[in-house]
Amino acid sequence: MQVTLNVRRYDPDSDQPVPYDQEYSVDVDENATVLDGLIKVREEVDGSLALRCSCRSAICGSCSMRVNGQAILACNTKLTDVVLEGGRVDIEPAGNMGLIKDLVVEFDIFWDKVRAVEPWLQPEGEEPESEYIAPNDDMVHLAGVMGCIMCGACVSDCTVLEVDRNFLGPAALAKSYRFVADPRDDADESRLDELNESGGVWDCTRCMMCVEVCPKGVDPMGRIMSLREKVIDAGHTETYGARHAEAFTRMVRHSGRVDELQLPIQTFGMFNVKEMIKLIPVGVRSQLAGKRPPIMHQKNPGMSNVRRIFNRVEDKR
Amino acid sequence: MFDHDILVIGAGLAGMRAAYTASQSGADVAIVSKVYPVRSHSNAAQGGINAALTDRGDDWEDHAYDTIKGSDYLGDQDAIEIMCREAGSEVISMEHMGVIFNRDEEGKLGVRSFGGQRQARTFFVADFTGQALLHVLHEQILKIGARVYEEWFVLSLIVEDGECHGAVVMEIRSGEVHAIRAKAVILATGGLGRVFEPSTNALICTGDGMALAYENGAPLMDMEMVQYHPTTLKANGALLSEAARGEGAYLLNSEGDRFMQEYAPNMLELASRDVVSRSEQTEINEGRGIDGCVLLDVRHIGETLINEKLSQIRQLGIDFANVDMVHEPVPIRPGMHYQMGGIKTDVNGLTNIMGLYAAGETACVSVHGGNRLGANSLLDTLVFGRRAGDHASNVVRSRQHSDAITDQYAERERNRLQEMLNRNGGGELFGKIRLDLGEAMNTHLAVYRDQQGMETALEELKGLKTRYDRVIVHDKGKTFNTNLIFTLELGFMLDCAEAIILGALERKESRGAHTRTDMPDRDDSNWLKHILIAKDENGQPDVTYQDVTITQWEPQVRSY
Repeated sequence: MQVTLNVRRYDPDSDQPVPYDQEYSVDVDENATVLDGLIKVREEVDGSLALRCSCRSAICGSCSMRVNGQAILACNTKLTDVVLEGGRVDIEPAGNMGLIKDLVVEFDIFWDKVRAVEPWLQPEGEEPESEYIAPNDDMVHLAGVMGCIMCGACVSDCTVLEVDRNFLGPAALAKSYRFVADPRDDADESRLDELNESGGVWDCTRCMMCVEVCPKGVDPMGRIMSLREKVIDAGHTETYGARHAEAFTRMVRHSGRVDELQLPIQTFGMFNVKEMIKLIPVGVRSQLAGKRPPIMHQKNPGMSNVRRIFNRVEDKR
Repeated sequence: MFDHDILVIGAGLAGMRAAYTASQSGADVAIVSKVYPVRSHSNAAQGGINAALTDRGDDWEDHAYDTIKGSDYLGDQDAIEIMCREAGSEVISMEHMGVIFNRDEEGKLGVRSFGGQRQARTFFVADFTGQALLHVLHEQILKIGARVYEEWFVLSLIVEDGECHGAVVMEIRSGEVHAIRAKAVILATGGLGRVFEPSTNALICTGDGMALAYENGAPLMDMEMVQYHPTTLKANGALLSEAARGEGAYLLNSEGDRFMQEYAPNMLELASRDVVSRSEQTEINEGRGIDGCVLLDVRHIGETLINEKLSQIRQLGIDFANVDMVHEPVPIRPGMHYQMGGIKTDVNGLTNIMGLYAAGETACVSVHGGNRLGANSLLDTLVFGRRAGDHASNVVRSRQHSDAITDQYAERERNRLQEMLNRNGGGELFGKIRLDLGEAMNTHLAVYRDQQGMETALEELKGLKTRYDRVIVHDKGKTFNTNLIFTLELGFMLDCAEAIILGALERKESRGAHTRTDMPDRDDSNWLKHILIAKDENGQPDVTYQDVTITQWEPQVRSY
């Protein structure tokens, strides 16, 4: 099978260090992965192509990159699944991390954020002589998060990190969840306090990109949502994030849809002058763009069904 | 130039365990790793870690016996006793650090069965035990704030008058070459799988530590003992864990028979790996295979258990063999997996070079002898990583940095690299040489070997070395020059291959993984001994022997 790998390249040592695209035509097996193709290039065609890769089995996390605009692991992505019309595949370095060379990016930001969540078990009291006693269900549940291979695909495609470098990001937050949900860890209070701060769990916009691109099914956003619940349960009910979530739920339960005029008011508080003033330009812009929410909020005609969903969910709890 | 008390090379389980222990003892420790620590190949260990816990009614001596029998009596029994005695506390230490081992109904650590052992004593985290251990140990390294030179590549060791004083390393991102002075160096660079093609090993497993030690006169021991894992995928050599058979999987031939009934009537699919791999190869050679494979069947285990305990290998089957193991058996074959041999060390990891230690797959203590049991490798890395870190941290207290070590060592390496980069025309890229090496090794030094094949391999190796002398590097830049690194790694691999072939030619019997069709029997009267290969003053390989240490288990006929 003939494919054209269209690789975004970058050589900082060249006279004019700017990214450019280079096409490599390679003949590969039907089952070949993106990584097989790239290895073929660097071993047979152009030794100067730089990329990280190691295990070839989606366990070391080295070969995250963007293919056709989305983060993947090159080693478990088959070329036949991503080949575009004309036999071309677009390959770029992972996003949200600085370029070093070709497909190699700076992972410093990734590790800095992981370090920031104090990613080690913090038990209190004397260690038991033998193992800690813990329910197997808890361990199996944690295995879902420990399955994270730190490949950075989620960080690459996180839409919040793209605009807010302060956000801890999906990988670090999932890592934090791994400790909060560990029955052996006794630092939940301080961990949740930290996660309630700016850059923590409330800064996720729930765009689902991290869930979509995670090659190991870790579900970072789901973990962030679980952390939000734990943050509220830990008594942080007066943060904007918590109040936003509360108001959101209240509105949908009441009228079957969000009242977008009321949502910020209920989140920040009517008499919170500073935040109210900050909203004015947003209001003006939305008015000009023809996107101002209706002044008179209207109930969803299918309201009774929405209620039934609420009842059903609450019964399950 | 940088100074540290202890320099650990490699950030897999052995390296990080050594660094953690030495750091806890107060030494100034740094780790150099050519990849981020969590990228290390310890990740790939799927099935588990063995330990005989007395409160489970198990006995370390039973574990030791199984290991010795598994080794085909080539393992040193004093070292094996140490490993098996210390296994329990090692597993518990890792649990305390945070490893999420699977549990039993009471919430205590659960076990699964593994090959070559009469008792279930393999502790596990689903089918990614190595990853779970590696990430937790990395958490501890982050916690203590040990210095890690991430993505730095070791070019050479600094050895003078039989003493090791550090290493010369290249910062991959900048291409800068530095000398790092250390009072002790611990090699924990893992295996050499890429010497073979295919192999279950990661692309980073290029035998760096073995070659570095060999280059400096340290002996490599039992290098002919190369393990072929019984269940690897044909397409890319990927490993399907022994955990599958531990959970009850069958091996079937083209006639649908569980052929292990013929070869190992008691242990069946859970006989030692060398035994199972040979059996599979015999079935395939005698025409009862399917396209060079036999079948691994887990269907009867059921989807729920497969998802809970074997989900990763199910995914590997889907990704790389287009087979969902819940619904159909997956074709597998023996594939190169592990190097039992390595740098000869004592039970504290010390080599014959003062200040130079080795631990993990790169070392040969020897606890695996002719054949390693599944789930003993993780144990080996942790126990002997810790012991090396412990011993080194004691030794460095009374050692000083050598003043004779200057930047000249780095300058020598800068010149060597520049010479390599300057080379143009006439030569070829590293890739084809590596592939030819791997295929030659896999043809002539696989499950079954004979004199003629091994001699052919040695001859081919000579040709490959000549080609390597003219190898060219396309990338002339300094930043992240992976082309240069792969080329240097190929140099390491060629040295490792030489030691493997010479060891194999030397051992005139069949034992463990070294099975010769022309000498099919084990010969205890002549060959119950280790084969050591070291470079002499002229750089030529020199072969010596060392007796196997036997404490309480005399060699017996080995059957499963």
